[in-house]
Amino acid sequence: MEGIFSNLWLGFTVAAAPFNLLMCLIGVLLGTLIGVLPGVGPVATIAMLLPITFNLSPIAALIMLAGIYYGAQYGGSTTAILVNLPGESSSVVTCLDGYQMARQGRAGPALATAALASFFAGCVATLIVAMFAPPLAEVALKFGPAEYFSLMVLGLVAAVVLAHGSLLKAIAMVILGLLLGLIGTDVNSGVLRFAFGISELADGIGFVTVAMGMFGLAEIIANLEHKETREVFTKKVSHLWPTREDWKRLWQPTLRGTFLGSALGILPGGGALLASFGAYTLEKKVSRNAHEFGKGAIEGVAAPESANNAGAQTSFIPLLTLGIPSNAVMALMIGAMMIQGIAPGPQVMTERPQLFWGMIASMWIGNLMLVVLNLPLIGMWIKLLTVPYRILYPSILVFMSIGVFSLSNQPFDCFLMALFGLLGYICVKLECEPAPMILGFILGPLMEENLRRAMLLSRGNPMTFIEKPISAGFIIVSVILLVIIALPALRKKREEAFQEG
Amino acid sequence: MRIKGPKDFWAGLMFIAFGLFFLVWAQKHYQMGTAVRMGPGYFPSVLGGMLALLGLLVLIDSLVEEGPKVARFHFRPVIFILIACLAFAYLLKPLGLAGSIVALVFISALGGYEFNWKEVSILAAVMVIFSVLVFVKGLTLPFPIWPAFMN
Repeated sequence: MEGIFSNLWLGFTVAAAPFNLLMCLIGVLLGTLIGVLPGVGPVATIAMLLPITFNLSPIAALIMLAGIYYGAQYGGSTTAILVNLPGESSSVVTCLDGYQMARQGRAGPALATAALASFFAGCVATLIVAMFAPPLAEVALKFGPAEYFSLMVLGLVAAVVLAHGSLLKAIAMVILGLLLGLIGTDVNSGVLRFAFGISELADGIGFVTVAMGMFGLAEIIANLEHKETREVFTKKVSHLWPTREDWKRLWQPTLRGTFLGSALGILPGGGALLASFGAYTLEKKVSRNAHEFGKGAIEGVAAPESANNAGAQTSFIPLLTLGIPSNAVMALMIGAMMIQGIAPGPQVMTERPQLFWGMIASMWIGNLMLVVLNLPLIGMWIKLLTVPYRILYPSILVFMSIGVFSLSNQPFDCFLMALFGLLGYICVKLECEPAPMILGFILGPLMEENLRRAMLLSRGNPMTFIEKPISAGFIIVSVILLVIIALPALRKKREEAFQEG
Repeated sequence: MRIKGPKDFWAGLMFIAFGLFFLVWAQKHYQMGTAVRMGPGYFPSVLGGMLALLGLLVLIDSLVEEGPKVARFHFRPVIFILIACLAFAYLLKPLGLAGSIVALVFISALGGYEFNWKEVSILAAVMVIFSVLVFVKGLTLPFPIWPAFMN
């Protein structure tokens, strides 16, 4: 226990350096901004900002990018409550009760509840990360290629389970991602694969390019299909503070949401989205006021909001300890680390304790900033919501194009982004989720590498994945997950869970 | 034979096409190797085969089970947004950041529902000033600001 506090102290001394504080502030402000604006997700924003971080120190870059991610969770709830549009996918469930509260003239307490529940969850989740990351990293240091391969299989299976819609299509998207990840020079043989004589493809397709196309461009195109209609509750936000009755009702859901969110965030494939859905469903089951859910129950705001923030933070655990991203944002963080010359994995904690603990401490500081800044700034965010999308999307497009172009200063990356934008839009139309594909894309080369090494070590015996206990554990969990999800009864449940949003 | 689930039908076809392409291309151009020493063709072949198989399953599913129709494909935003990106990329060097941003903003604005000359012009000007200040002056990205013929 003592070790944790001395480590956290080290982290705070790093995170509290003036420049890092500034980066944290910029990160959370940007995060809130994109969270507030519907149609601009954290994946596209972080991808957009990656090139900017080239010139920063690794710690400052990661602090800022992390701030964007959890800041977006805060901002997303503001839009959900005031406009009934989820600014982020993880605030989909917050719309249900938050918007109803706003319609009843209780937008203030709803916003305050969201902010305070998120803050509480953020504090707890920071401690959880600090407690669980070191022992996990120690275990991970013992992982061989077989264990890594199986772990990645588990991560991909989990991503499939959590995707909306058809299981088969989600698996297919993962595999498509893995294949696209293989484009470029094969590290083992030096052979250039699937490059079709295009020299720009020698280093493979940039992750940023794929993410911007599949998420950013496809999102914009899909948003332009419909004329915008928004109803903003701007006048009714007066008294912010929840009443005593509210406090009584919201503390338990906040606690439950925090812990459920933390647990779900750690799972590979987990993160904020799953956490908020899970917490809302749980609360609906256990709450005494279950009949009020969907009609403006404050529990329906507190639980998912605490859960999505907790989940957003604990999803850093697999990234920091195993070097494996649990969702698309974490995949981008890996990209950011690699750009800075840091190989993500269990060795980060021992080799670069400042970076590791500084980032964790910055999460707590960032959460504090969010509460202190955002409650007074709500008026400003509401004003932003009145900016019409026809102004917004060309601006987003400018930033995206500049970001992608600057990756290698060649038009080719923008061309690829447009290509993936088209693919992304087709996937939207065919209901194929892009998130599993992005995870596959990041993991493709890693999986191949570990598969090759594991097979070489076992002299071509595929049983190695089952003979090693840890690896076998991952495989068994993956199989169980797949079987469970394929069972018709549970399949229906899963569909219902996603329907509720 | 009737297509009952058009969404799954086309998705299945897409996966089969991608899968077969990777499988055939890998088989044709790269060495398979053995399970112990995998060549560059091994992993892509296996994955390509799996993808094609999954695509086939999705396709069969679409012929058996009733499914949703494919929502209308909106060509207007697709075309204008994609062209806007390409225009920016290929005009940046000849026309500078200023010229390429103006092109991007105008072309992308055509993809939306409303197009107001005055509004779009102001937006383009604001974006040019902002981007030059932030990206070229602030972050020192090596972009030319003005068209090449003006220098």
